[in-house]
Amino acid sequence: MNRILKYISILSLPIFILLIFFLALERENQYTTKNLVGKKIQDFELKSLNQENFINQESLIGNNYTLINFWASWCAPCREENSALIKIKNQLGLKILGINFKDKKNHAKNFLKDYGNPYYTIGIDKDGTTSVNFGVFGIPESILIDKNFIILKKFIGPIEEEDFMEIKNIINK
Amino acid sequence: MKNFLLQLFFLLFVNNALLCMEKNDQELKIFKNLRCLICQGQSVADSNSDFAQTIKLVVKDKLKDGKSENEIYDFLVSKYGEWIVYKPQMNKTNFILWASPYLILISGLILFFYLMRKRHK
Repeated sequence: MNRILKYISILSLPIFILLIFFLALERENQYTTKNLVGKKIQDFELKSLNQENFINQESLIGNNYTLINFWASWCAPCREENSALIKIKNQLGLKILGINFKDKKNHAKNFLKDYGNPYYTIGIDKDGTTSVNFGVFGIPESILIDKNFIILKKFIGPIEEEDFMEIKNIINK
Repeated sequence: MKNFLLQLFFLLFVNNALLCMEKNDQELKIFKNLRCLICQGQSVADSNSDFAQTIKLVVKDKLKDGKSENEIYDFLVSKYGEWIVYKPQMNKTNFILWASPYLILISGLILFFYLMRKRHK
């Protein structure tokens, strides 16, 4: 009995340390989007860029799929991304809701004049707090949702060719 | 009368200052437990990045709305995952990490008393 106890006490420490290492390795140590995929987007209400009306979930009713894109005129990757968004709009016919993030209204309007407007409607998130409801931590970011407002995919960084193909595959399923 | 008004003013002033300090302490405590996701090893409290500033605003708004500290953590974890909090809340995956110090202490005490009893015999 004494011997068994001795072995147990000697072995328990390395087992415990290994277990801790194993659990620590399993733990997520960076931001992932897996928490959001499959969840419904939270209710939101934003002033539109032209200040004429408010944009909320009702603005998305009728779209089979919607791409919500977070952008700003001061964001260099957003300029790169703009042509890809225009391609998505023209070739896939996907409705893109733009959320202008912490930007100045006239700068945003100039950006759209210079680079083209891929959005069917644009909301302003002046202080960035609404974007937190979408799990945004930097821009550009995009969220593809279905007609039930369920998040299908979140794109961190500018939309690129492979993302275009992925969106195409999802909406053509 | 003048003295009374002066004392009342002073009392209100101190009371307001204390309330303000308490509120700031709670905000700071929450900011310190939140990781700035775009910074290198900095908390939201330490960072002045765009992300940290937005999160600070969200926390302040939630506190104003009467949300508790845990409700704020739950909300942010639901959006950004467990990685956003420095001190994760207990759940089934990390239960063993939370419970192990107590389990080790209890088993150590059992072993200690067992050996002591045996030595006396």
